Amino acid sequence: MQQTLAKKEFTPPQVSSREFKRDNLPPTDDYREQLFELEKAGELEVQRVPEPYVELETKYGRKKKIPHQMTWHHKSCGQCGHIPGYSTSIFWINRKLGFEYHDPRDQTSCTAWNYYASSTSNSAAQAGIAVRNFSQAKIDGYFPVIHCGTSYGHYKETREQLLHYPVLRRQVRKIMDRLKMPFVFPEEIVHYSEWVHAMRDRIAELQVLDLSKVTVTVHPACHYHKLVVEDAVYDRDLFDGQRTAIISGLVDALGAKVGDYSTWHDCCGFGFRHILVSRDFSRSFATTRKIERMKEEVNPDVTLTHDTGCVTTLDKSQFAAQAHKKNVGIPVMSDAQFAALAMGAHPYIVCQLHWHGVDMKPLLEKMGIDHKKAWEEFEVQAERIKAGEIEYISWKEADA
Amino acid sequence: MSIYSDAKYTDVPLEKKQELFDEVKADMRYDHQLYGCYECGICVAACPSARFYDFSPRVFAQVMAREDVDTFYELLNDSVWDCSQCFSCTRCPRQNNPGGIITIMREVAVNHGMQSAKDALKAYSRIIYKIMSTGTQVAPDMLQPDFFPDWGPDVKQVSDNLDVWRRCVPPETMHTTELAWDVSEKTRLELYMIWKLTGNLEMIEKIDEGIFMILEEVMEELLEENGYDIDDYENLLEEEEDE
Ligand code: SF4
Ligand code: SF4
Repeated sequence: MQQTLAKKEFTPPQVSSREFKRDNLPPTDDYREQLFELEKAGELEVQRVPEPYVELETKYGRKKKIPHQMTWHHKSCGQCGHIPGYSTSIFWINRKLGFEYHDPRDQTSCTAWNYYASSTSNSAAQAGIAVRNFSQAKIDGYFPVIHCGTSYGHYKETREQLLHYPVLRRQVRKIMDRLKMPFVFPEEIVHYSEWVHAMRDRIAELQVLDLSKVTVTVHPACHYHKLVVEDAVYDRDLFDGQRTAIISGLVDALGAKVGDYSTWHDCCGFGFRHILVSRDFSRSFATTRKIERMKEEVNPDVTLTHDTGCVTTLDKSQFAAQAHKKNVGIPVMSDAQFAALAMGAHPYIVCQLHWHGVDMKPLLEKMGIDHKKAWEEFEVQAERIKAGEIEYISWKEADA
Repeated sequence: MSIYSDAKYTDVPLEKKQELFDEVKADMRYDHQLYGCYECGICVAACPSARFYDFSPRVFAQVMAREDVDTFYELLNDSVWDCSQCFSCTRCPRQNNPGGIITIMREVAVNHGMQSAKDALKAYSRIIYKIMSTGTQVAPDMLQPDFFPDWGPDVKQVSDNLDVWRRCVPPETMHTTELAWDVSEKTRLELYMIWKLTGNLEMIEKIDEGIFMILEEVMEELLEENGYDIDDYENLLEEEEDE
């Protein structure tokens, strides 16, 4: 006998109905004590988080210090190169909040994208590159804030290795001596999205758009919360402290809705090597495990993430998937771009949304942004550049 | 000899496989990446590459823990490059890090100039050149329709308007097209010296001699112009071994 199948309904996991007690969690070392001991022994110099700072709770309860300002912006290759509105939005929010920051030229990539793609490097080189950047930040008089999720994860790995292996510290010391630079390591490794989270109430105070009708899905970056897990920020009041609070906390503060979906923990499919030369994997994974699931279970207006590779993979993979009649079409951007838009940033001059793949117009309309007018304004500036009237768009136009 | 009847690479001497295996084990990070394995499969459930390829982080943990050098050699050739290096597998209840083991295995494969590593990195080498010479991994001028045909018409729009659109980005450091941001020459040279001091140029030579030669020529000319004596920057890891 043939049975009629009932329409399959998805019930998202009810994390909030569970109680999660923190009392007997495994103790984790506070690595800062080891750093300070090494400093006392004269092995390295620890750069302290400048005051004032916000203290955020991490996975196992340690309080992490997030500086307000005097930040040295460790930029990301993929953000600056392919998603320029990402870094621009981070700077723009700093400016809007009246904070002093430094956008250095004396900064290299962490080179971890290359390392995880090709392994054409080793621990000594990777640690040397990290410490050279950190030392430069100290010399410049600012505290490093890391834009890329992979740089953040890799620098945490590097810190673990430097603390564990005297031989690596000796090698890095030799490298820094040859470069005639000090051996500096920061007290905290801070990701920009932690700073956004720490500033979310101040961002909300400056909010000019009503986002109550906007539904968001969140994709947390693997290298943020899976690589050296004890540094990631959690909050008892969000998901009962069972998932990182990053992004969701911001969306909540801005009055938009966070929609839950069953593959929240999954990777985006970036793959480091794959996204550049083996994209069949990245495309399949991003669309079947992330975008299609979000569409089916939440149908969000936008998905927000906090890392270079995740924005790229989730956004760019959707175009080819349409040819296979896949259920795709979700705009993708970073938490920083979303926050900047909420504060009134220009969608093209600041957030540079024309570098993204998926059509943003329905989202912008729902957010109350006149994208036609905004594009015309962008084109006026582009024409001025073409006519040789101005060389660049400067912060003056962006801050306006 | 392998216990499996369908074992591959039976023509490769056991000594060679053992040598590579011992190099992985000798890496200082190795002891903190493998603590035995329950075969629970939690890592596999979390692993994106396992959903797409014939690939399993559990197999890496098992094979390494059993010290099965024949299967290790198969993984080194046929599997390591499938890993996404996402580290979702660190959810392992034994605190293993299969992705970390794979990083080390890849390093050994590159150091030995293995053909499988060369094949996996063939199309990728130009990126190695970019990162090593400029200090940024990807750049706006890489956004070209023939490199990213599957990313849709926006890539063509970006590439058609690249110069003007880059100058429409407000931060002063980001008006570049060949670099992700404007890295100062001093800093680019410092980065190159780090590659030299840690023997990375030798690794590149083993994997792609052509890229190595261009890189060396371009960068060393720049170093000389800036008054550096390149002989001061010999591989210090080798010095360490001698000590
Ligand atoms: S790091 Fe590699 S093995 Fe581990 S989960 Fe990611 S893809 Fe799988
Ligand atoms: S999660 Fe850990 S213990 Fe379980 S199969 Fe994977 S490596 Fe083995």
